[in-house]
Amino acid sequence: MAGTAVQRRLTWRLADVVGVVAETLRVRTLRLSVPGWPGHLAGQHVDVRLTAEDGYQAVRSYSIASAPDGAEGLELTVERLDDGEVSPYLVDELRVGDQLEMRGPIGGYFVWDAAMGGPLLLVGGGSGICPLMSMLRLRAARSPGVPARLLQSSRSLEDVIYRSELEGLAAGDPELQVIHTLTRRQPPGWAGRRRRIDREMLAEVAWPPRERPLVFVCGPTALVETVAGSLVELGHDPALVRTERFGPTGG
Amino acid sequence: MDETQLRLDGNAAGGFLQEILAQDATSMRIRCHGCGSVAQVGAQPLYMYPGSPGAVLRCRACECILMVVVRGPGRLRIGLPGVTWLELPEPSDVR
Repeated sequence: MAGTAVQRRLTWRLADVVGVVAETLRVRTLRLSVPGWPGHLAGQHVDVRLTAEDGYQAVRSYSIASAPDGAEGLELTVERLDDGEVSPYLVDELRVGDQLEMRGPIGGYFVWDAAMGGPLLLVGGGSGICPLMSMLRLRAARSPGVPARLLQSSRSLEDVIYRSELEGLAAGDPELQVIHTLTRRQPPGWAGRRRRIDREMLAEVAWPPRERPLVFVCGPTALVETVAGSLVELGHDPALVRTERFGPTGG
Repeated sequence: MDETQLRLDGNAAGGFLQEILAQDATSMRIRCHGCGSVAQVGAQPLYMYPGSPGAVLRCRACECILMVVVRGPGRLRIGLPGVTWLELPEPSDVR
């Protein structure tokens, strides 16, 4: 299965938008139906291409948030960047019944599948949770026994993407821990973490290096580099720390 | 724009590298000709500037330029000024 999803000449395809879900004020999930979709691996992304009336094209990469589930489709969860060229259209304009040009799946480095096992340490910032969510959904479906921890950094509780689904996943699963840190605003009585992810927080949350957790870090460049650098300083093997940075020019 | 935001990684080049190589490039190992270090393409820093037609992949250890990809009308050019080798999996053994 892995081979077919990874080794494939890329072609642009038309996806049908079959559903949209508001996740937060700035974030929306698009459910896409893609005839002939070859399937994907958790952690892979797609390139989305928009073409203006004058022919100008913009391409951006978006991680696939849905688990590999055999469906002829996928979900993308997109955050609106206010001066972005592509994301405002995807978040504010696109409607059910519209079509979207995309190609994929892409990637074989930032990928987890059940055969890789764990323990699994996932660290996300903002919409960097999307590929990590694909991994958590796959894990819940195929290998819930794999110990997993998600450390998710968000600006405020309202900005936490998939908050209720994460609560549901963790509530029924002793092997899954979800840890939030809220960096800008915390609700009254918030007893959780309230600062940007740093080395001290990682030392508390991560398994010790001798347990050799598989680490996936996704988010804005500054967060990814802080987390990856700190984990290596704490003694984690750099080969086990996989990173994916995103930014306004991505793709 | 904060310069840090322009530093992505080889994953962001996965689409157009796959156009050239017809298989995933992000998991391929690449050796830097400058310092000899080896890492997967997805783990190397990639610089993309807004509105520019290409991207530059650098070595994460010594920052020298590994690969330059530029798109022009109807063509895609790939330069490998700092690559000793790029390791492709056998077709039967992808990943």
